Amino acid sequence: MTATLLIRTGRLRRARRRMAVIGGALILLLAGFALTLMQGQSFVPPGDVLRVLAGHDVPGASFTVGQLRLPRAALSVLAGLSFGLGGAAFQIMLRNPLASPDIIGISRGASAAAVFGIVVLGIDGPMLSVLAVLAALGVAVMIHGLSHRGGVSGTRLILVGIGVSAMLESFIAYTLSRAPSWDLIEAMRWLTGSVNGAQLSLALPLLVSLAVFGGLLVSRARDLESLRLGDDTAAALGTNVARTRLLVIVAAVGLIAVATAVTGPVAFVAFLAGPIAARILGPNGSVLIPAGLVGALLVLAGDYVGQFLLPTRFPVGVVTGALGAPYLIYLIVRVNRAGGSL
Amino acid sequence: MSRHSLSVHGLVAGYGDRTILHGLDLDVLPGRITAIVGANACGKSTLLRSMSRLLTPRAGQVLLDGKAIHKMPPRRVAQVMGLLPQSPTAPEGITVADLVSRGRHPHHGILSRWSPADDAAVAAALEATRTVELAERAVDELSGGQRQRVWIAMALAQQTDLLLLDEPTTFLDISHQVEVLDLLTDLNHRRGTTVVMVLHDLNLAARYADHLVAMVGGRLHAQGTPEAVLTAENVRAVFGLDSRIIPDPTSGRPMMLPIGRHRMA
Repeated sequence: MTATLLIRTGRLRRARRRMAVIGGALILLLAGFALTLMQGQSFVPPGDVLRVLAGHDVPGASFTVGQLRLPRAALSVLAGLSFGLGGAAFQIMLRNPLASPDIIGISRGASAAAVFGIVVLGIDGPMLSVLAVLAALGVAVMIHGLSHRGGVSGTRLILVGIGVSAMLESFIAYTLSRAPSWDLIEAMRWLTGSVNGAQLSLALPLLVSLAVFGGLLVSRARDLESLRLGDDTAAALGTNVARTRLLVIVAAVGLIAVATAVTGPVAFVAFLAGPIAARILGPNGSVLIPAGLVGALLVLAGDYVGQFLLPTRFPVGVVTGALGAPYLIYLIVRVNRAGGSL
Repeated sequence: MSRHSLSVHGLVAGYGDRTILHGLDLDVLPGRITAIVGANACGKSTLLRSMSRLLTPRAGQVLLDGKAIHKMPPRRVAQVMGLLPQSPTAPEGITVADLVSRGRHPHHGILSRWSPADDAAVAAALEATRTVELAERAVDELSGGQRQRVWIAMALAQQTDLLLLDEPTTFLDISHQVEVLDLLTDLNHRRGTTVVMVLHDLNLAARYADHLVAMVGGRLHAQGTPEAVLTAENVRAVFGLDSRIIPDPTSGRPMMLPIGRHRMA
């Protein structure tokens, strides 16, 4: 009886901490969102911001807040959520922080297809986005197939992914070298993540993708979490390992690819969100939702820093890239110290 | 008493283009402890993996209550049969209570909530394995013996009638080996849980198992009571080793003394 009580209190405490972390991240996100609407190159008082959001015409604020800041903030949050959720799903599934879609070439697949579409096929708009999403899925399937040898091991998949990523990188460089200069600007949008020139209409595909793919991931969170015990134990606990993996891959790639199509590959957000969220959350349940929130915060904050806090304006991908690179080096150094196995 | 039956019929299984089991039949005795023994690479683990649905057979089948286990939904199987793989991995930093709670996974769907019955099952599993005082510790801080007890607790929290274990005593020192086997015997006596385990140590297998299964080269060589199976002829056939069999003075079960080339009186 006392043991049951002990288990119950421990479980409730973990649930409380989890809610505290998620609640705290939500408040921070809301505050950040409000702040970026109010403060930019000029200050717009909260009352005016609310009036603009309610659809009133406020001279001097309607354009800045409604046309510039709101789309930017909305896309930052939605894309960040997508990157965070998708990245963490891969990292949990393969039990390795290096297994993020931006390291193993999936985001690069979307970029390469988009560059090819712009330069060689001469397409743009929704067609181009569809091509990028399909290419990301194709790369995911290819990496999965190449690392399949009587079951997929996480380490092999990561190494194959890094190789594929390098190949795609050189393909991008080759295509760009043949591109006419007027295509370069459009192509750059697919190479560095940026929310410059954001339009509110682009929030719709992100919302749909989050509802469909994000919903799928979150509904599978418990099965996904069981994969952390190893495939055998997960199967012994009644998880359909192959089906869970397939669903997670499709959902996570969908999230990443759609977000990449809207903002470009915002560097390292998918890679960083999971580990940061795990550090904050501790052993208190699935890291999936907290990782999504951290991803949103990273993009929102990164974009603000890139716009206003640095001597020149940088796109958000440059800021997150500068944050992510040292962590990647740290991870690789730590792995090497542990004896070379991933 | 266990209400579920598990049997293997004409099982052929392997990995890639390598066939490891060449047509194997086995009826697991319900409510008893069965130990599978054999030399390295004889297919012990492959048999256990096939029986627990981890490996799909090339031919033949594994029947759980008369139904082909590989065609049953994984969750249904996991409600009846628990499995402890050979070297399970614990996520970094996970607490004992959290890990053991994962044993309740097969009893939950996507929408079901955690219930007081789940808390009770986890608590009972911790009590049975004497790990209650470890509940809030991180699994990666524990000693090997403690960790193995925690993994067994997770399988117990699953509350299955059948429990399969792949070398549950490997990497444990002798006192912890005995402790784990005593624990499994308690479980068998109190709840009538059917236990099937792969064991390395012949003498411990003979002492703790009701039924011994000896394998050679992916085939069943002998099965029956320890007295019937642990004979000098079988040891030679299974391990290629000369030996003497004497009654174990503490348990009365047969005990194997290996005969090497040196230090023989």
